[in-house]
Amino acid sequence: MNIMMLLEMAASGFGDRTAVGSIGQGLTYAQLFDRAGRTAALLQAADTSHAGLVDVASPALPTLLFGSAWAGVPFVPMNYRLDDATLQGLVRRIAPATVVAGADYLGVLGSPEGGSAVATDDFANTVADTDPAGPEWSMDAEDLAVLLFTSGTTGEPKAAMLRHKHLVSYIMGSVEFMGAGEDEATLVSVPPYHIAGLSAILSSVFAGRRIVQLPQFDADAWIDTALAEGVTHAMVVPTMLARIVERLDARGETIATLRALSYGGGKMPQPVIERALELLPTTNFVNAYGLTETSSTIALLGPDEHRAAMASDEPETRARLSSAGKPLPTIELSIRDEEGAPVPDGEPGEIWVRGEQVSGEYVGQGAGTDAEGWFCTRDGGWLDDEGYLFVTGRLDDVIIRGGENISPGEIESSLLKIDGIREAAAVGVPDDEWGEVVGAVVVPAAGTAIDEAAVREHVRTDLRSSKVPAVIVVRDELPYNDTGKLLRRVLRSELADTAPADDDAAS
Amino acid sequence: MAELKPGGRLKSAVCTTEIIIVKAPAGDVAVECGGQAMGDPGTEVSGEPAADAAEGSTLGKRYVNEDESLEVLVTKAGDGSLGVAGTLLALKESKPLPASD
Repeated sequence: MNIMMLLEMAASGFGDRTAVGSIGQGLTYAQLFDRAGRTAALLQAADTSHAGLVDVASPALPTLLFGSAWAGVPFVPMNYRLDDATLQGLVRRIAPATVVAGADYLGVLGSPEGGSAVATDDFANTVADTDPAGPEWSMDAEDLAVLLFTSGTTGEPKAAMLRHKHLVSYIMGSVEFMGAGEDEATLVSVPPYHIAGLSAILSSVFAGRRIVQLPQFDADAWIDTALAEGVTHAMVVPTMLARIVERLDARGETIATLRALSYGGGKMPQPVIERALELLPTTNFVNAYGLTETSSTIALLGPDEHRAAMASDEPETRARLSSAGKPLPTIELSIRDEEGAPVPDGEPGEIWVRGEQVSGEYVGQGAGTDAEGWFCTRDGGWLDDEGYLFVTGRLDDVIIRGGENISPGEIESSLLKIDGIREAAAVGVPDDEWGEVVGAVVVPAAGTAIDEAAVREHVRTDLRSSKVPAVIVVRDELPYNDTGKLLRRVLRSELADTAPADDDAAS
Repeated sequence: MAELKPGGRLKSAVCTTEIIIVKAPAGDVAVECGGQAMGDPGTEVSGEPAADAAEGSTLGKRYVNEDESLEVLVTKAGDGSLGVAGTLLALKESKPLPASD
């Protein structure tokens, strides 16, 4: 197996359709296949062990993704926003590498050891002048297709390994070949170094859905591009959707062509998704849950389930709007306790998954799954009695107060029910007596003041006294990374410096 | 005959059809195309599909045996029909998942 097989099928099945870019100006599948072959020849001639990318999305991205697979070297898209030293460190770890980089990053990269750094534009031109590689690529399914460096919240970034077997299994298990109509186009605004930025390319190529790239996310640019390109599909992270909803509201517009919008990559605030459903009444919403280590989506909440949840008066059904839906048919999922034993439905635990698309492997860290093929996600969650998955967040983020495990997600959901709180985060704050106490960081809605006593009373009534925030900090905004992940470590270190005023709140 | 493994590739001996194994039952199974056993990807093509196995295979479609223990995906189309032990495989109607990325 090789991801090139997906592109080869697309090129022979619907080679004249536009694969990437505007109709009439972009690359067709046949052209993308041709460029992948020329890219492979360049990479083979360079004789480097990896192909890197340090740039925003452009047609060079799918060309390099497939060209690397054809050449038999792993593709390594890197975060161009990292500081210079970190970026240089990553490039050293994949040496000798051919690194394609945006003009802004060439200076930082200098001349990588044993390889070279090439400007994206120059690379595209050289590709056009190179003869294609031989017609065969390796079909060894164990070959490494992609390396993705984690954001590295603690210590060195880890390199997640995705083999051809993982990515091809994911696509074959979740996408129908040529399942997209000729008028369909998907807007990709997540960056190339995010798993969703890569899986979007593979899924769209196999489905025959045109890719429209938005190199730098901006809500107005996203809306303008969607309108101009007749975009029918898109994937966004929650912070993006929040801004899109604000701008659609302000502009008084809707996007009539948008049939399907999927979201994932973080906790979606209920008010944002509810407003989005109102502003885009003809759009089908999909909530996708997945990880880098699982080749993207492993569970999803589909359009019908969104509508059923919205229409229901029954609290249990309504709550499914914030669930991750059900596992894909090709994925087995189980919730387990700390010893790895399955827990009954309804009880919280750790999410474990098994399936052909699941890797879990990091460079230099041995097998990613246990002897039976199960991968422990380190995400907490629980299943309701109909099998809907509720993801409560990273277990590393759990607040442990006097031996009681408290999920930040539960406190955040409670805080967001308060009118006047726009965003909320809960983190553990070191405490002499309890080990940790609950710290809350809240962003008030415009023109609203936060009444701390009322907030505490709300959480006490809604949850219980042990979950009442001992510390409440008001901020203008919460810190997110550029793929919409809340930077809890920033809040933790901020709040660690804030001693709880008086411990009466958390008794 | 050989044990089939998911991800394995087979090529027709009588037409351009190529497939990839999606799901396979345990034990030895000989997948046929155009009435002839399929071989590894280097298989030479000679002759033509048998008359009762010449409906053709469709690119990107999945085919299954009766109990769906065998599922294959056509990666290159051809004139021969897919089968096992003289029985043609059926086109699998799949319920597509919503796009999620």
